[in-house]
Amino acid sequence: MRFLLVEDSEDLARAVASRLAMEGHGVDHAPTLADARHFLETAPYDLILLDISLPDGDGRDFLARERAARRDTPVIMMTASASVSDRVSTLDQGADDYITKPFDFGELQARCRAVLRRRDGAVDSRRHFAGFVFDSLAATLSVGDETRELRARELRLLEILLSRPGQAYSKAHLIDRLFSFDEEVSDNAIEVYVGRLRRKLDGSGARLETLRGVGYRLIPE
Amino acid sequence: MNALARLLDPSRTISLRRRLVWQFLVLSALLVVGLFLTVGWVADRASRASQDAVLGAAVTAIADGIRSVDEGLELELPYATFSMLSAMGEERIFYALSVGGRMLTGYEDLPQPASHPDGLQPVFWNARYRGADLRLAAVTRQMLVDNRSEPVVVSLGQTRLGQAAIARDTARSAAWAALAFLVLALPVALLAAQAVLSPIRSLADVVGRRGPRDLRPVRHHTPRELAPLLRALNGLIGRLRASLELAETFIFEAAHRIRTPLSLVRTEAELALSETTDPATRVRLRRMVRAIGESSRSANQILDHAMVLYRTDQFAAAALDLSNLVRAVVRAVRPLADMRDIRIVARGTDLPCPIQGDERMLEIALRNILDNAVKYAAPDGLIEVELTRSDGFAVFAVLDDGRGLSDDSLALMGRFRRGGNVGDTSGSGLGLTIVTEVASAHRGRFALSNRKTEGTCALLHLPLR
Repeated sequence: MRFLLVEDSEDLARAVASRLAMEGHGVDHAPTLADARHFLETAPYDLILLDISLPDGDGRDFLARERAARRDTPVIMMTASASVSDRVSTLDQGADDYITKPFDFGELQARCRAVLRRRDGAVDSRRHFAGFVFDSLAATLSVGDETRELRARELRLLEILLSRPGQAYSKAHLIDRLFSFDEEVSDNAIEVYVGRLRRKLDGSGARLETLRGVGYRLIPE
Repeated sequence: MNALARLLDPSRTISLRRRLVWQFLVLSALLVVGLFLTVGWVADRASRASQDAVLGAAVTAIADGIRSVDEGLELELPYATFSMLSAMGEERIFYALSVGGRMLTGYEDLPQPASHPDGLQPVFWNARYRGADLRLAAVTRQMLVDNRSEPVVVSLGQTRLGQAAIARDTARSAAWAALAFLVLALPVALLAAQAVLSPIRSLADVVGRRGPRDLRPVRHHTPRELAPLLRALNGLIGRLRASLELAETFIFEAAHRIRTPLSLVRTEAELALSETTDPATRVRLRRMVRAIGESSRSANQILDHAMVLYRTDQFAAAALDLSNLVRAVVRAVRPLADMRDIRIVARGTDLPCPIQGDERMLEIALRNILDNAVKYAAPDGLIEVELTRSDGFAVFAVLDDGRGLSDDSLALMGRFRRGGNVGDTSGSGLGLTIVTEVASAHRGRFALSNRKTEGTCALLHLPLR
């Protein structure tokens, strides 16, 4: 997916962009609202991550103008303020959702998915690999005529493995990305989800391979 | 006297109305006493003047009835005069007639005037005689007695019992009339006091009815005398608004300045975590990310709690549909549940559920209940959200299939209290306090219990509109 990140802190923007790139997303960074306007005129985006407080204005006013001009690219506001009235006012202005800084990337990912799911059909989220089609928004995996539903963590796992097919991911790395940091999980917790995904991938022409002492990778059979 | 002392005590709040009424009463009482004395004095003078006229006429008539004859003096008593004197009531009359200082006839010991009257006009004086107050008149005539001109003095005294009584009666009647007037005027005075004070009350009403966030200047029609108060009030409101705006800007700015670098730290830590394989470093980085998450969650909850306390103080309920609110909150929480493969099933939110309440407070409460359920539900679990109506209450129920409660659930409602079986999950312990406070502000109640099967049941009752 292609994100436009509107955030005035250069360091934070770079870090968020790298983190989103890790998930396989493309990110353009606009440090001001003027830059954001320029980016939006030149390229289509699947989602805008919009900070509220920017050097050349308030993100909420920018959003209100966008909506008034009938440009409806989904927007998730990044608020530094946790006050409910601020959160509600961002939704009134036409934001699709909000997330409070500092945010959990898992949560951001989940919110993006929920927003795009509500905007049904706006984004082609299907991906072909080996003998199956993976739809990350619909959370389905289709093999031939058969459609298999994926639970959230199976989906996340498949997304991560598919972002760089053939590359091995360690258990620890997968745990960091699959579980919230608030949960205390053992390294073996990942095996449950690997097992489940393997069953869903049955007969799909792809294989979830265990590399002893290294981790897991997805390869075509 | 006691009441007066209380009235003058500076530490007491003053009632303007009472003060006005008191002033009216005291002034009126002084007026009544003054009237009594004045009328008494005037009546006394008037009665004395008329008595003097009669006495003067009588004594002159007697004196004029004295003729000198060869044998001496001849007195012809003027009966008409005496009948005039007797017309003045039950008064006693005393007289004395002396010639050249020798008592001729009448009461020998009748008091004599201080100075001997000369000229034709009678003199008058008061004296005490035989146990009664007398008004006396005397007149002198020069008569030829034995070919010598001798002064003949006629004195006439009359008691003044009746006259004094009349004067007293008159004064008393005047006082009674004034008192009656006072009694009749008291309710009028009360009404007047009320009318004078009513603009103050209506101004207070206008200011009192305002919502907590209404900081516009007061534009109320007040009498000229209240204009300085209104100006002062509006000045205060203006300063309050300016300082609140400053505080809000400050909090917003502070939050922004703190949370942006915290976001950077957290993101960089996550990136570092993805690039390292050293187990010790990983543990450190995970701890760091966790601490940042915890601090921002605690900050959120403390702010939420402050907001709930503030809004409880200024409770302003509005009509709202709880179903809408539940749908919105479920929608906001669903992605979080999704991350942990927890399903949320909502029932009963398609029917309108009208209640009276503060939307922001209720949102915080519902959000806290649901966040809690997501936090403690079993992995791959199910959270059931149910909105029902029973006995005049809207019942918001959240059932999870987690580990349930280990302690007495009531103990969890205290500030910063957490259950004994949650060491592996982070939280500030403020969430349930917030929910309880919101419930009681709405005259509702909140209860947490263990389900018969696994898990916890949270019940929030709110009165239906």
